[in-house]
Formats: sequence, structure tokens, C-alpha cells
Amino acid sequence: MKIKFSQILAHIVLILGVLLMVIPIWLSFASSTHDTVTILKEGMQFGLGDQLTRNYNEVLNEKGGWSEEVTAAKMFINSFIMALGIATLKVIISAMSAYALVYFRFKFAVPIFWLIFITLLVPLEVRIFPSYKIVSDLGLTNSYTGLVLPLVASATATFFFRQFYKTIPDELLESAKLDGANSWRFFIDFLVPLSKTMIAAMFIFMFVYGYSQYLWPLIMTTSEEYWTVVMGMKIIFTESYEGVALPRTAERFAYIILSMIPPVLVVVFLQKWFIKGLIQTEK
Amino acid sequence: MSFLELNKVTKIYPNGTKAVHETSMNVENGEFMVFVGPSGCGKSTLLRMIAGLEDITEGYINLDGILINKVDPSDRDVAMVFQNYALYPHMNVYNNLAYGLKNRGISKEDIEKKVNEAAKLLQISEYLQRKPSMLSGGQRQRVAMGRAIVRSPKIFLFDEPLSNLDAKLRIQMRLEIKKLQQKVGVTSIFVTHDQVEAMTLADRLAVINNGLIEQLGTPIEIYNNPKSMFVAGFIGSPQMNFLEGELKNKTLTSEGFEINNVTSDFNGPVILGIRPEHMSQTDKGLINLSVDLVEQLGSDNLIYGEIKNKKDFCFRCPGSQIIKKGSKLSLNINDNNYYVFDKSNGNRVN
Ligand SMILES: Nc1ncnc2c1ncn2[C@@H]1O[C@H](COP(=O)(O)OP(=O)(O)OP(=O)(O)O)[C@@H](O)[C@H]1O
Ligand SMILES: [Mg+2]
Repeated sequence: MKIKFSQILAHIVLILGVLLMVIPIWLSFASSTHDTVTILKEGMQFGLGDQLTRNYNEVLNEKGGWSEEVTAAKMFINSFIMALGIATLKVIISAMSAYALVYFRFKFAVPIFWLIFITLLVPLEVRIFPSYKIVSDLGLTNSYTGLVLPLVASATATFFFRQFYKTIPDELLESAKLDGANSWRFFIDFLVPLSKTMIAAMFIFMFVYGYSQYLWPLIMTTSEEYWTVVMGMKIIFTESYEGVALPRTAERFAYIILSMIPPVLVVVFLQKWFIKGLIQTEK
Repeated sequence: MSFLELNKVTKIYPNGTKAVHETSMNVENGEFMVFVGPSGCGKSTLLRMIAGLEDITEGYINLDGILINKVDPSDRDVAMVFQNYALYPHMNVYNNLAYGLKNRGISKEDIEKKVNEAAKLLQISEYLQRKPSMLSGGQRQRVAMGRAIVRSPKIFLFDEPLSNLDAKLRIQMRLEIKKLQQKVGVTSIFVTHDQVEAMTLADRLAVINNGLIEQLGTPIEIYNNPKSMFVAGFIGSPQMNFLEGELKNKTLTSEGFEINNVTSDFNGPVILGIRPEHMSQTDKGLINLSVDLVEQLGSDNLIYGEIKNKKDFCFRCPGSQIIKKGSKLSLNINDNNYYVFDKSNGNRVN
């Protein structure tokens, strides 16, 4: 069998890409198995060290923060709840608003769509003060609701769902109507199962988006109870040395590695649906 | 009162297209009605108004004694088979059939019974667990039919359901649809632009042109007695021959021959229509045809040739008769089977 040059080239590019993605993760993992002194002296480590159990034990059991109460696990859980809430609500709300935009002929459907679309230009960071004002007036600071609510609308997801719904043939709706399906049933029995793949993909993106939020939780939370992973990365595992707070680098690497687990689990779990949807061409 | 009544039904689309003009007709219970006409004549629009998928601009439609103009499609109790079948791609065949029943709150056992009955009738029992994407065109067609039958609706609506099938399957399914309809006895309306399909399926036939019903009647009535040139040309295969002529004092002159005692008081330019199968060879006939082309279909021969100024004049004779290209034939019209139309508007005048 002859292997074409272009194939070899494609593989080289792919392998380079994979290395580019994997090396930083490996570096973090390898470094998380050494002690801080080694890392500070010699930089990040490629090889494995002997501090793995110690570092990971520290991270999982240490209680940090001013109150010495926050644990890494608690922060993972907070972030997980926040990301789950954001992703779930984003998917539900965008799917439903796209449904309204595509299937209900009302006045100004198109301008409304563009209005939604324009909000892409105004991410949370831009409107963070008004958002904070609203949430705090509602008394939602230091709560999961407050963490999630301002982030649940998504122009991107609405756009993708809209484009997908537009590819579904009209006869399907007409046929369903004659079969006695009302608008609600059509959404649940047809659009949702047909867009399984889309939903899985959107959920993954939105979960990662929610999980990696930094600025919003930082502003939103004054109680350590609601600290999230990315905030924790900055705040915990410091050490006082002659009055200066020094980072405990080794533990931080362990923390980074552990913090990757929840999103990875989500991807792994949903990938099954994702790929299944891709293989079965159902349309 | 008829089962389905259309009274001066008109459809104007939002963009101003007038697709259906003041159409009135009645369909009796159990009847198989066919709408036939060229592409874009408004057949689908008319059907979709009955189904409730298009608003009715003017006029009213009565189904089973109920005014249905404003009734939601889901409450009309009609079933429709679409050209592309519109099967539910994510449901298996069983659920495709069961879906409409579930929405009507029928118990699980009854649904199972009905679906199995319908599946047996259509010979799709083996495929009940398959998704539509795993079926052949003909099988999908059956599932689409099954979905309509299983609900026992008041009326079946078919919008060119056979046009995606290959020729052989089309003829087979045509036969099956007819048999099925006779067995189930549900009032049906079938839209097609294929005149053979129309002739073979219909109890009655509506020939539609430009949003108007040109003629309504049994296939044989329409074949024997077309009211206009459009209908005459549309129904019958091969197509009727049309010759230009002049009618004066009951004598018609056309392409080198004359017909006397025409039963018409019309005077002026006319079109003479003769069906290819309504002529036979004689010694000294009316029409002299020089043969250009012979199509041998086996059972029949189609002879194409020239008479005076008219090219591609068609004559049909039994396949046993051997006719050579270039020969000259002398033809007579059988039993005065000819049609005379006013040239200005295409209306029949004899
Ligand atoms: N949604 C629409 N908006 C505007 N005009 C339409 C619409 N649907 C159909 N028409 C027009 O109405 C007329 C009738 O259309 P219709 O679909 O009923 O034709 P048809 O007889 O079913 O043709 P075919 O045999 O090609 O299916 C056509 O001139 C078509 O262009
Ligand atoms: Mg049509």
C-alpha cells in the first residue's frame, strides 16, 4: 500500500497539534508530583517525582481561606453546580427561544432575532456592573441563583438552534399537526430528539464556559462558601514566608489537575451521545 | 348534504398569487376523488386547505356536516400522505404509526392492536422496529400509508405520493392504494399530475387548470366527453391530435379533408380533435398519413406521420399490424369520434 505524501503531512500536523495540547497538561501533572522547592529552583518538571500522594492529599484535605473552612472539594462542587446550572438553562432557554423564532410567525421575529444576535457583542464582562447591581438588588449575592442567572441567556446557542430548526422540513411539522401534536408536543417529541447532537455539543461548550468563569463569581461572592475553582487557584495554597505570601506551586499543580476532572467527565459522558448522533444520519 | 363540500373556495397567498379560484365541489362518503392537472395549477393548495395546512381566503369547507374553516388541523381528523412521506426520522416504524393514536389518548393495548392490524394490511410487520432511514422507498411509502390508515380518519389526502418511486413500483403501489381504499372504504382525495394514475384510481376526477376546475366527472365521462381542449389534451395517452380548421354551415374543413353534418351551429375557426385510437385504416379514407416514425409497444403500434401541414399526427393500431416507415396510410374516424373546439377559447362546440 502506498502512503501518500499528503497523508503523511496531515498526520504530522495532527501529531504536532496533539502535542501542543497535551504537553502543558503533562507538564502540570509531572510538576504536581514534585515538591515546591524543586519547581521553584528548576522550573517545571518533565519527569515524575515522588511527592504525588503527599501533594494530592494536601489539596484534598486542606482547609483554606480566612475562615480556614474552604476545601478544594467544596470549590469543585460549587463550580460544578454553577456550570451545570448555566449549561442546562442556556440549552433549554436557547432551544425554546429558537423554536419561537422559527416556528411562530409573529411580528418582528427577525428584528428580535437580530437583537438577540447583537448581544453577542456585549459579553458579561462589559455589563458586569449593571448586572451586579441588579443581582444585588434582588438579594441574590452569595447564592447559586445569583451565580447562574445572569449567564443563562445565550445568543450563540440560540443562533445554532435556529439554524438547525430551519433545516427541518415543513412536512414534518405538518404531518405532526395532522397527527394531533400541539406546539408543545412538537417541541418535545420532534425538535428535542432530532437535535440531541446539537444539545450535547451546546451543553459541553456551555459547561466549560460556566466552569471557567472567574470575574463574575469573584465579584458576586463575599462568602467563602461560594468560592469557585478558578478563584481558588489564586487564593488558596499560599505560604507565608518572612511576611510575604508565597505560592505553594506543587500543590497548585495538583489542584489544577484535579480541577480538570469535572469538565472532562462531562465531555466523556456526553461524547457518547455526540458521536452516536453523528453516526446515525437521521434526517 | 355531501360528505365533503367545497363552496366557492378561494386561495390567495400573501404574496398575491391567486392559486385557487372560487372552487366548488362535493365528495361523497367513500368516494375516491382525484385532482389532476399540470404543475402549479393549485392541486396541492386545494388539498392543503382541506387538511387545514393553509388558510382559506374565501369560501367555506364542510366535512361530515361540520364547517371546518377555522378548525385546527389536529382536530379535523384527516390524514395526509406527503410526496416525501414526512416519516418521523427519529422514531421506529411502530412509533411512526402509533404517534397519532397516542396523541388521541388511546390506550396502549388498543394502539398495539391497531398498529399491528395496519402493519399486517400493508405488509410492514417485519419492519416495525426499524427506523425509516433503514427502509426502501416502497417500504417508506407503505409506512406513510400505514400512518394514515391506522387512525381511521374521516378522509385520506394524498399529495403525489407515488412520484418518488420507480416506474414499476409506482404501478404496483397504484394498484395497492386502490385495493386498500376499496377495502377500508375511507373517502380519499388523491393529487397527481399523471393522467394514467388519475384515470386508474379515480371514482371521479377533477381536472384542474390555473386554479379552476375545468371538468369534474368519472374518468370515462371525461375521456369520452371532454368539455374543453385543455381537458381533451390532458386526459388520454397518447395525446389527442389537434388540427386547425374552419366550421361553416355544419361542414368542417381541415388539413385537406372535409367532415359534413357536424352537430354544431358554430361558425368560425375551430380546432378538430381526434384521438389516436379512434381511427382505423380503410381503402379510401378521410385522412392521408405519410408515416415518419413507428413506435412498437408490443400490444400496440404508435404511428407518427404527416398529413398536409400537420406534423407528428399520431395513429394507434394493434401491434400485429406491420407498418413501415415511409408508407402512406388512409384513415377513417370511427363512429364520428371527433371533437370540435372553438379556437378562440378552447370550449367544446359539437
Ligand atoms: N407558499 C406560497 N406562497 C406563494 N405562492 C405559492 C405558495 N405555494 C404555492 N404557491 C403558488 O400557487 C400556485 C399553486 O401551487 P400548488 O403547489 O398548489 O401547485 P400544484 O398544482 O400542487 O403543482 P405541482 O404539481 O408542481 O405540485 C403556484 O403558482 C405556486 O407558485
Ligand atoms: Mg403539488
